[in-house]
Amino acid sequence: MRSSGPRQGRVARDPAYSSLPGWVLVPAAAGAAFVVVPLLALGLRVDWSRFGELLGSPSSLAALTLSLQTSAVATLACLVLGVPMALVLARRRFPGRQVVRSLALLPLVLPPVVGGIALLYTFGRRGLLGQTLDVLGVPVAFTSVAVVLAQTFVALPFLVVSLEGTLRSVGQRYEAVAATLGAPPSTVLCRVTLPLVLPGLLSGAVLSFARALGEFGATITFAGSLQGVTRTLPLEIYLRQVDDPDAAMALSLVLVAVAIGITVATARLGERAHR
Amino acid sequence: MRPSLPAAVTAVLVTVTVAVSGCSGPAATRAAGGTTVTVFAAASLKATFTRLGRAFEASHPGTAVVFNFAGSQALAEQITQGAPADAFASANEASMATVAGAGLAAGRARPFATNTLTIAVPPDNPAAVATFADLARPGLKLVVCAPAVPCGAATLTLEEATGVTLAPVSEEQAVTDVLAKVRAGEADAGLVYATDVIAAGDSVRGIAFPESSRAVNRNVIVALSGGPQSGLGQEFVDLVRSAEGQQVLADAGFGTAT
Repeated sequence: MRSSGPRQGRVARDPAYSSLPGWVLVPAAAGAAFVVVPLLALGLRVDWSRFGELLGSPSSLAALTLSLQTSAVATLACLVLGVPMALVLARRRFPGRQVVRSLALLPLVLPPVVGGIALLYTFGRRGLLGQTLDVLGVPVAFTSVAVVLAQTFVALPFLVVSLEGTLRSVGQRYEAVAATLGAPPSTVLCRVTLPLVLPGLLSGAVLSFARALGEFGATITFAGSLQGVTRTLPLEIYLRQVDDPDAAMALSLVLVAVAIGITVATARLGERAHR
Repeated sequence: MRPSLPAAVTAVLVTVTVAVSGCSGPAATRAAGGTTVTVFAAASLKATFTRLGRAFEASHPGTAVVFNFAGSQALAEQITQGAPADAFASANEASMATVAGAGLAAGRARPFATNTLTIAVPPDNPAAVATFADLARPGLKLVVCAPAVPCGAATLTLEEATGVTLAPVSEEQAVTDVLAKVRAGEADAGLVYATDVIAAGDSVRGIAFPESSRAVNRNVIVALSGGPQSGLGQEFVDLVRSAEGQQVLADAGFGTAT
């Protein structure tokens, strides 16, 4: 045991010092292996000789294209809806703010299939809003719009959490200064606040995109599954697992690669935000 | 405080390990004193086989029947990967061929029931569907199974046999997903098994059509040679094929296999 007490302040600042007991490394390594080994197993099972052919099949390409398109639109929707939500939650004081925040973050902890059922009874043909939409000539059920709705529903909290955290950590000092210098609120927002939180905004957007790309439960419950219309990459993987496991594994690996890319990108953005 | 932490971690790890190993072996979960017979059966057989399992337990005191209900192809893969099962009931012959091909069947697989497709519509039948040809009507929201799964393969067979080309708005992974979308009123019609419509009660309406006889799924069952209770597995197979078993299946809407 290393000495603590009066010297704690100094050693805590020493980057080489660690108060961590050595045995923690064992479960930590087990945890890392628990995450990495299944991904390795997936890589080992992929039929590399057919990899290109499996990814190039019309159904795979249709799923990949649809997933990228819908996830991009969903991310945009998350930005349009999520940025104001984060701003209000971080900068406005109003009664019931905690409750509103908890509700806004609900999709984060809700099983996606429950989200899908909830969306079904909201935007479905016999749902709360679906009937009106149907009358207005905006069919949602079984269209790509339904996919985007499902993806936005599950991805929105990622953007709100990430951005709200950044807003709180940068504080309101510069905003106050700009306001005292006579800048109207909209100018402060566009010229001071948003540029300040840009890294947090970007990492939130990337996380939302990743969540939208991986969306499965709400989509299959709410949107259906049809090639090129609603069958996104995760749905295609699930279906191919039945009749062509090799294709399912090749497509899974694509999602793993995308996930790794996204994790690295957000980590970089996070570092930049802390500097 | 300090020494108790590793102990706590160990306790958690042990608990997790025990819990996980408990999940992996359905045969190990029940009947501490007696014997357990494990039956892998297609998802469409859940209601009927659960009833037959209770009957089997009543006639074999001390024996528990444990089921694993899932898609036939998924079950076939689990069995060929070494899952400990005593009997396998498949909703189609293709999945049974996987198991038989691996040399795991104790004897020849026997047909015990048939299932045909039927049209399921919401109770108020908003699109006024009456015949199979109605399903091809433009604008009608039809949901079917994907061709990769047995009910979808049967749908494809019907399309080819009748010359009616369907344009579904969704091709679902499982027949239960098709039913769910009809039940919610999302779809105007769906193609599901006759047994599913009976099991769904009043929440959907079934419309039988004569063309359905051109795509008949034969359910087949066999005892598995590698199972820990292969003999009891065979007795369960005999129960399914007995007059009692056939009655339970007929009540649920299955056809008789010949």
